[in-house]
Amino acid sequence: MIDCDIHNEVPHLEELYPYLPQHWVDYTEESSFEGPDANDYPEMVATTVHPDIRDDYFGDGRCNTAARVRLIQDRVLDPLEISVAVLNNAFRVPSIHSVDLAASMATAVNTWQQEQWLAADNRFRASIIVPSHNPVAAVQEIRRWQNTPGFVQVLLPVRSHVPYGVRNMDLLFEAIADSGLPAAINFGGAPGVPPTGVGWPQTYYEIHAGMAQVFQSQVMSMVYEGLFDRYPQLRIVLLEGGFTWAPSLMWRMNKEWKGLRHNVPWVKNWPADYIRTHFRWSLQPLDAPDDPDQMLEILDMMEADELLMFSTDFPHWQQKEIAPGVPDWMPEDLRRKVCFENPRAFYSLE
Amino acid sequence: MAVSLTSPLQDRTGAEVVRTPIIDTDVHVYIQPDDLERHLSPFWRDQYLNFGKRTYDGMLFPRSMPMAARHDAWPPNGDIPGANLEFTQMQLLDEFDMDYAILTPLTGTGEVLNFDFGLAHAQAVNDYQIEDWCAHDSRLRASIIIPYEDGPLSAEEIHRLGNHPSMAQVFLVTRTRDPLGSRRYWPIYEAACEYDLPIAVHFGGVGGSGITGAGSPTYYIEDHAGMAQSFQSQVTSIVSQGLFEIFDNLKFVLIEGGFAWMIPLMWRLDRTWEKLHKELPRVKKPPSEYIREHMWISTQPIEEPLYPHQFNQMLDQLDMTDRLMFASDYPHWDFDNPMRAIPSTVADAARRRIMAENAAELYDLPI
Amino acid sequence: MPKYAVATVDEIPAGQRKVVEVAGRVVGIFNLEGEFFALRNTCPHQGGPLCSGRVTGFLHGQPGALVYSRQGEILRCPWHGWEFDIRTGQSWHNPARVRVRAYEVSVNEGPVEGPYKAESFEVEVRQQVVYVDIPGAPDMSEATGSG
Repeated sequence: MIDCDIHNEVPHLEELYPYLPQHWVDYTEESSFEGPDANDYPEMVATTVHPDIRDDYFGDGRCNTAARVRLIQDRVLDPLEISVAVLNNAFRVPSIHSVDLAASMATAVNTWQQEQWLAADNRFRASIIVPSHNPVAAVQEIRRWQNTPGFVQVLLPVRSHVPYGVRNMDLLFEAIADSGLPAAINFGGAPGVPPTGVGWPQTYYEIHAGMAQVFQSQVMSMVYEGLFDRYPQLRIVLLEGGFTWAPSLMWRMNKEWKGLRHNVPWVKNWPADYIRTHFRWSLQPLDAPDDPDQMLEILDMMEADELLMFSTDFPHWQQKEIAPGVPDWMPEDLRRKVCFENPRAFYSLE
Repeated sequence: MAVSLTSPLQDRTGAEVVRTPIIDTDVHVYIQPDDLERHLSPFWRDQYLNFGKRTYDGMLFPRSMPMAARHDAWPPNGDIPGANLEFTQMQLLDEFDMDYAILTPLTGTGEVLNFDFGLAHAQAVNDYQIEDWCAHDSRLRASIIIPYEDGPLSAEEIHRLGNHPSMAQVFLVTRTRDPLGSRRYWPIYEAACEYDLPIAVHFGGVGGSGITGAGSPTYYIEDHAGMAQSFQSQVTSIVSQGLFEIFDNLKFVLIEGGFAWMIPLMWRLDRTWEKLHKELPRVKKPPSEYIREHMWISTQPIEEPLYPHQFNQMLDQLDMTDRLMFASDYPHWDFDNPMRAIPSTVADAARRRIMAENAAELYDLPI
Repeated sequence: MPKYAVATVDEIPAGQRKVVEVAGRVVGIFNLEGEFFALRNTCPHQGGPLCSGRVTGFLHGQPGALVYSRQGEILRCPWHGWEFDIRTGQSWHNPARVRVRAYEVSVNEGPVEGPYKAESFEVEVRQQVVYVDIPGAPDMSEATGSG
């Protein structure tokens, strides 16, 4: 069993100090800088940490990296018999406009992941955190880690200041493609532009539910703007964005292409074919209908066999269980693909 | 040469379909400069001639078709598409034997930066619809155009025309400056409810930020397809701000956004609401219940699933057959042919509801 | 297979077209550098008057390195802009399943006798005339699938 989405957040900024150059430690202490101002996972909000595990997760005084490692081992890896767990960290260095600080913070987070997580349990795999708002700096960080065992992907927040398909971002995706690693696009981010095409919404509910539209926009941008024509080997996993919207997006993108193909003439096949070739989705959240038969229809519509990869999304609250297993409605043959074969192929795991 | 359709009673697979009454809920009218000047007061005509219609700049994508129109929709007398009643009658209303059509002017009125001129512009467009179009064809109903970024000014125009028999709805576009649940738009809803008029939210516009939640993309195809995400953001805002608990008879009509996305959106809104409802004290029940009760959706651009049987699966999942309304989007290039857009596999009763009955009930049009 | 005279060669110069009604069908005749092709005027998608659409070229290539070829050989539907190859009637996006009916075209001396007839214009004997082959029975094969 492979879990593609477990969160290993930085408990306190101080935990990164050992991995930061001294001038940034002093700067942090002397200034008002308290870390990225992203508010994609507010700690007090119910969805951020499953209600049944809040005390253990934040527990008084036990809230440090070692405690978090143990918690994941006890509540996810051992009970679900997970053999490989991919860690995703939402320390949003792309939200730090000061690019030198952002670059150093990325290096610190990645070193912290190497020493505190990868070294702690050989079931863990980590994601390279990069200052993706500045492709030049991001490329340096990718090259620093791309051959380090245990790092299996480059993590990008779904909210970005420009859509990822635009050619301004080519340096970044060229480096990812050259590294042979996939990119993981995950829920959240704080690029300083509104999270919708109609301005800033008022509630966290709207930002949270609306994140699905940002994922849709990124898929559209990457396919239509020719990212996969420039980097055919590039592979992407969409984490924690839901997948039930995939059929409607595929249909719409195909339909638009029939009439406006000459607007993006490098797109040579059905956009849905590009999507199936280059994208994978993590399982949680299911965003499921009440009727499981409708879920099976959705899987059929997206021809989901090879597209879904199992995830618990721990510690986020998605289902009743703290670490939800495979849903009952999933057919047996799909179960094996989702839990094992698809992620093993995607991450080239032994 | 004039070309008529050779197989008017077949769908796009060639299968026969039942003829039903037709109400087209999205027929665009455009106003040409001389008509606009004729309907403006001397003061605003002078302003218009000296400063023009100033709107957001730097936000347009070069389009594929002039006026985004069908190539065959340019009237022979030199008018622009959608600005010539006789040609629209010939090419659309008569050609397809339509019972009614709802006029939807895309005049950029709500994007006028000077809201005072926006109001004058709205008044001119509305008078033009009434006097130059509806007065000459009993099949036509109009939409009240408003300077929607200014709530009180918009309410003023709704009060001026709310009881006019030609007016079917209040009209704005989906790319607003703020999500439509925001209080700045509430005077519009309050006024519309006073006259029991639905609020139509149509594809388009440039609202002050990029069309995605991650900045501006590069190509027209992304702007065109990306409106579906803007609609989803608007539905999310409208429902989560609890508008339907504040304004009893508030109704929204979503035009030209497609509709397959509504299905996963309702699922996600419901699942998220189960966990975060504390933040939305005005929302008393699952968001999908408000949507199915208070929102109508036009069919265009018609969904084209990969396999034909998926169209009916989608209709079942949507469970809004009493809310879907046919629209052609004439004279635009992504026009849906009323005879061919809805697949023949759709049951006759559902087809009748979609082609005319739902719109007849919503807009109170006898068929 | 009945042949129908639809135009004199002089009537459709290179790069031009003529849309005619012949044997109950509306057909567009295109002259591509002296070669003639005939397509049914009904788009297989939603029935748009295909042959009144823009004649253009084919744009392809890579981002930042576009290639424009086959100018004058691609017909775009005046409604949804779907691209069709005038030489074959095949759509570009789904050539196997979405195609507009294409008819055989020939050029011969003007009609003298036999099954040849001209429906849309007067033909003088010994003019060079464009003929379109219309299979006898109605053939709906162009109306399959919307892709």
